[in-house]
Amino acid sequence: MTSEEAPAVREIAVVAFAQTDHRRSTEESSEVEMLMPVLHEVLAQTGLKTADIGFTCSGSSDYLAGRAFSFTLALDGVGAWPPISESHVEMDGAWALYEAWTKLLTGDADTALVYSYGKSSPGSLRDVLTRQLDPYYVAPLWPDSIALAALQAQALIDAGHTDEPALAAVGARSRADATANPHAQLKGQIPHGDHVVRPLRTGDCPPVGDGAAAVILAAGERARDLCARPAWIRGIDHRIEAHGLGVRDLTDSPSTRLAAEKAGAFEQPVDTAELHAPFTAQEVILRRALRLGDDVRVNPSGGALAANPVMAAGLIRIGEAAARIHRGDSDRALAHATSGPCLQQNLVAVLEGDPR
Amino acid sequence: MPDVLKAPLVVEFPFTRSLGPVQSAFLTGLRERVVLGVKTADGRTLVPPVEYDPATAEEIRDLVEVAPTGTVTTWAWNHEPRRGQPLGTPFAWVLVRLDGADTALLHALDAPGADSVHTGMRVRIRWAAERTGAITDIACFEPYDGEPHRPGGHTGEFEDPLTGIVAPARLDYTYSPGRAQSAYIDALSAQRTVGERCPSCRKVYVPPRGACPTCGVATKEQVEVGPRGTVTTFCIVNIKAAHTANLDIEVPYVYAHIALDGADLALHARIGGIPYDQVRMGLRVEPVWTEGARYPGYYRPTGEPDADYETYKELL
Repeated sequence: MTSEEAPAVREIAVVAFAQTDHRRSTEESSEVEMLMPVLHEVLAQTGLKTADIGFTCSGSSDYLAGRAFSFTLALDGVGAWPPISESHVEMDGAWALYEAWTKLLTGDADTALVYSYGKSSPGSLRDVLTRQLDPYYVAPLWPDSIALAALQAQALIDAGHTDEPALAAVGARSRADATANPHAQLKGQIPHGDHVVRPLRTGDCPPVGDGAAAVILAAGERARDLCARPAWIRGIDHRIEAHGLGVRDLTDSPSTRLAAEKAGAFEQPVDTAELHAPFTAQEVILRRALRLGDDVRVNPSGGALAANPVMAAGLIRIGEAAARIHRGDSDRALAHATSGPCLQQNLVAVLEGDPR
Repeated sequence: MPDVLKAPLVVEFPFTRSLGPVQSAFLTGLRERVVLGVKTADGRTLVPPVEYDPATAEEIRDLVEVAPTGTVTTWAWNHEPRRGQPLGTPFAWVLVRLDGADTALLHALDAPGADSVHTGMRVRIRWAAERTGAITDIACFEPYDGEPHRPGGHTGEFEDPLTGIVAPARLDYTYSPGRAQSAYIDALSAQRTVGERCPSCRKVYVPPRGACPTCGVATKEQVEVGPRGTVTTFCIVNIKAAHTANLDIEVPYVYAHIALDGADLALHARIGGIPYDQVRMGLRVEPVWTEGARYPGYYRPTGEPDADYETYKELL
């Protein structure tokens, strides 16, 4: 290799994915008890033992648990003795996956276990999420997550990009698709319902629920050893926008578009897109930002409108996209995760299976 | 399956936050019924103001007064106000671009009903009667169809500027410790201590958390341990307890790790009934229960000979 040549980038793939059934409440279980079955399931899919994992990274939030350092208790589920190489993000597990991906790129590890979980049932999620807002100008007003999404939806309606019937159709399609997803919380015919915060109705909003998910990443030939058809991560990128809601154009998602561009999403068409759009109007925004045509299968899992375990729903989008590649239902899929109010932060991953 | 315990859990904290020069001017201005924005290098006026340009990350300090009147850029009708929100009656959340500003401020609009609100409608600030230098000094917005107010040209210099705010936060939870810890707490109410045995490595964990941290598997088999145990290590505490429930504990006192008989993990508790400087590793202890208590008040010496180091060295 000459000095002008770029070093070869390691190929990294999602090789296993598992998730819990998502439910309104799991009060009989602690976080680690809820999490352990999915950890065991991804390990079983690959035949790996906890001691074989090179790096472990998790995502969760203390504000859901109401307890500091809550993620440390969940570590009991991954066999953290003797000591392991481990990290945690106070974010959705999609960002934990990003960290694990960079760790594998460095060559320090060949396999990574990524998991995330959220139990929203102990608290009031609408109140809890206000604590992520600007503490000087916004949080003292306690605007809840649905109110902020409703401001975004109204802006979108005013801009002529959607209307209430179109939003109802997004919700109906999501919950109809979710009938094929045994883990979904809301499925089948769900009425559009009454306004929660107008213009959003219950059918435009995600269910509140508890759940967990886990994936295993592996590099190069290791991925082929562990999975018949690995879901190769061809690109992954995440971007953030200004925290001031009034600074942003709420009808657009330039951070999603930029992340998609950097992840290579626009270089070739995708056949599947798993979008983390907790509210119906956000799917409309993301489809436009990602230039998804009608020929792209969007959220065949039912998406976040069918199950939205906070902190795991983004990782589940990557997992669902990867699982479709594993099964041969997709050859090139886009997965998206979001965090913060009104699509403030966005992550896009492009996954591909080997040619058939 | 035993009944799972539940209890209210309130997390409440007064966050004390310092203000930078721009935030200080903005919030002090609200106290004085003056709304300030900040100008970016390309001439835009941001309200509420920030200290760094969101587009270029350049530091910005150029304060400029804007009007208390403005235009709604988007809205959402909130028919069921929640705790802490600006109004107790149904209201609209609004983003308002104040006259003279290029960005919008989030707040509440007091309006008679959803049908009276629309994007583009004109509004003005209704000031709170008592103002402290907070975003809530704006009580809300109200519909306004008069002429735009002219801003006064305030420089942002105040005689008595704020340097910080206190932002109280409260979240309410219903805490449930799950199956394993519920069983532990239930047993304690009968003055018994139960752990759970790992099906793989056979270790007994007390208190149980439902998983073995070594094997990463669920623990299910309940095992009664104690009541007696061995001090594996300890420290001498010289700081008086701050919590009112523990004010009667004199310092110095000893806090120790105690390996209950049959347990493979030491739990921690206070040692009493012996002068603090006579507590030692290997000391055999037993729990002392006070009337109506849900857990042992402290552990005291049993009078047995000290345990041999070999019997507890793995539990240090």
